[in-house]
Amino acid sequence: MKYLLMICGDESAAEHANDGCGGWSEEMEQRGVVRGGAGLAPATDATTVRVRDQELLLTDGPFAETKEVVGGFVLIECADLDEAIEIAAKHPAAGYGTIEIRPVLDGPPPDAH
Amino acid sequence: MLPGDEPPLDKPPLDGRLVEEAVARAFRDEWGQVVATLIRVIGDWDLAEECAQDAFAAALERWPRDGIPHRPGAWLTTTARNRAIDRIRREAVGAAKLREVAAMVDDVVPDAPEDVPDDRLRLMFTCCHPALALEARVALTLRTLAGLSTAEIARAFLVTEQTMQKRIGRAKQKIKNAAIPYRVPPAQLLPERTPSVLAVLYLLFNEGYSATAGADLVRRNLSAEAIRLTQVLASLMPDEPEVAGLLALMLLHDARSIGRQGDDGLLIPLEEQDRSRWDTTKIAEGIEILEAALRRREPGPYQIQAAIAACHATAQNASDTDWPQITGLYAELTRFMPTPVVKLNQAVAIGMAEGPAAGLLLVDELVASGALAEYHLLPATRADLLRRADRLDEAAAAYREALAQATTEAERAFLRKRIEETCPPAAGPFVGEVTDKRKDAQNERDPAADR
Repeated sequence: MKYLLMICGDESAAEHANDGCGGWSEEMEQRGVVRGGAGLAPATDATTVRVRDQELLLTDGPFAETKEVVGGFVLIECADLDEAIEIAAKHPAAGYGTIEIRPVLDGPPPDAH
Repeated sequence: MLPGDEPPLDKPPLDGRLVEEAVARAFRDEWGQVVATLIRVIGDWDLAEECAQDAFAAALERWPRDGIPHRPGAWLTTTARNRAIDRIRREAVGAAKLREVAAMVDDVVPDAPEDVPDDRLRLMFTCCHPALALEARVALTLRTLAGLSTAEIARAFLVTEQTMQKRIGRAKQKIKNAAIPYRVPPAQLLPERTPSVLAVLYLLFNEGYSATAGADLVRRNLSAEAIRLTQVLASLMPDEPEVAGLLALMLLHDARSIGRQGDDGLLIPLEEQDRSRWDTTKIAEGIEILEAALRRREPGPYQIQAAIAACHATAQNASDTDWPQITGLYAELTRFMPTPVVKLNQAVAIGMAEGPAAGLLLVDELVASGALAEYHLLPATRADLLRRADRLDEAAAAYREALAQATTEAERAFLRKRIEETCPPAAGPFVGEVTDKRKDAQNERDPAADR
């Protein structure tokens, strides 16, 4: 089962940007559950795109003005939600921000290389 | 399958009433287990429920003719499973699935009943998974474990059937889509997961318990359902003293429920209740369960609350209540549950054990903290303590404050009565002057507090 961990935090989370992930990455690498992921530049650098009636609409900033924004993401593959919760809870960001766990829908097999 | 050894059931032909009773009993005792096993086997919650329903319908039709089976649960599970195989075959879900279900034939219903793995525990833990919203956990538990219809659950929680249908549907969807495992959590997760199950059961109990006499019968039956499910849980987790503690707590409350409301519908405070109406058998049962749990020496919030309930249940009359002991128990409870409501109850106990002034100190701390703003029992408790301290004008003002915040008519009626009693026309000279710090004075006042 694949899950996307969306690591969220408010402005104060920025000070943790260079903290690294403690032993988390190493442990998860070893367990073979990580399928990808990255940290993100601040939401102030975001550009939001919409196309309506064939017209391209751009907005500076994130799609919704909220205090908490996504600061990074990790794609994991594990047995079930209990394991995903355990993995998320161990992430250092869970200690100061929040982590949203979203199940990833089963798509067609990835054949584009 | 004819029951040779069950005297009341062995005379053919069975009359319809007897069969109906047997099916109703089987529904109460076996529904959860049948559904729980089917979910494990076929992995589809809706199909499991539908097939279980079909099995009970089949029982109504066939038991009058064939006799009541020796083990109704096994009969129902087998019938439901066969129904599931038919349905899956008809809907051609997949050969692999079909083989899987068919392979369960002997696995599901082994010969000796003690070999049947009890799937209800995994169903309980899954229904009460903390990744589901509390209201969804409650609804799902009632539907799948207790077998209440969606319409009944909707009525109990005062929402439309459609809303309840959606709530239950969404919960089942999430279990499937987010892959919430269908299992009893491993040992290291039990300490964080068991409280979630207990919280759902206690909430169910309280929903029924707080329903007034005029309320829908379905709503009042929630208490009985909660007790039944907790009994099942206690039998499945015999080494978990908090489960026993919760069961004892429910039984001790339930034993006293009959005296809580007068014929006029007014709530009767504990100290004024007719204790001869309490159910002594249930009290004895609750205390026995509690004592066995306490002997394990792993105290927890439910065991402590049950111990407090036991103090009340065993007091011959209000003045016989062991308030010092209750005070000690509340002090212990605040270690596990440092919530303002627990502190408020602690203040009541201290007010009884050490005199109203001591209780007021704690209540005023709570008022100052602002934690229970808008909660009518805060001014109501303050009012009671002031009244017992003979500060009648202040008491009346506090009762009025409580009246403005009370949400049910029964509570408002009770508070109006208190205001009348505290404001006799001639009263007045005590305003703000008399504060009673003498502990021995309470003995003269307690009987008066009952009126």
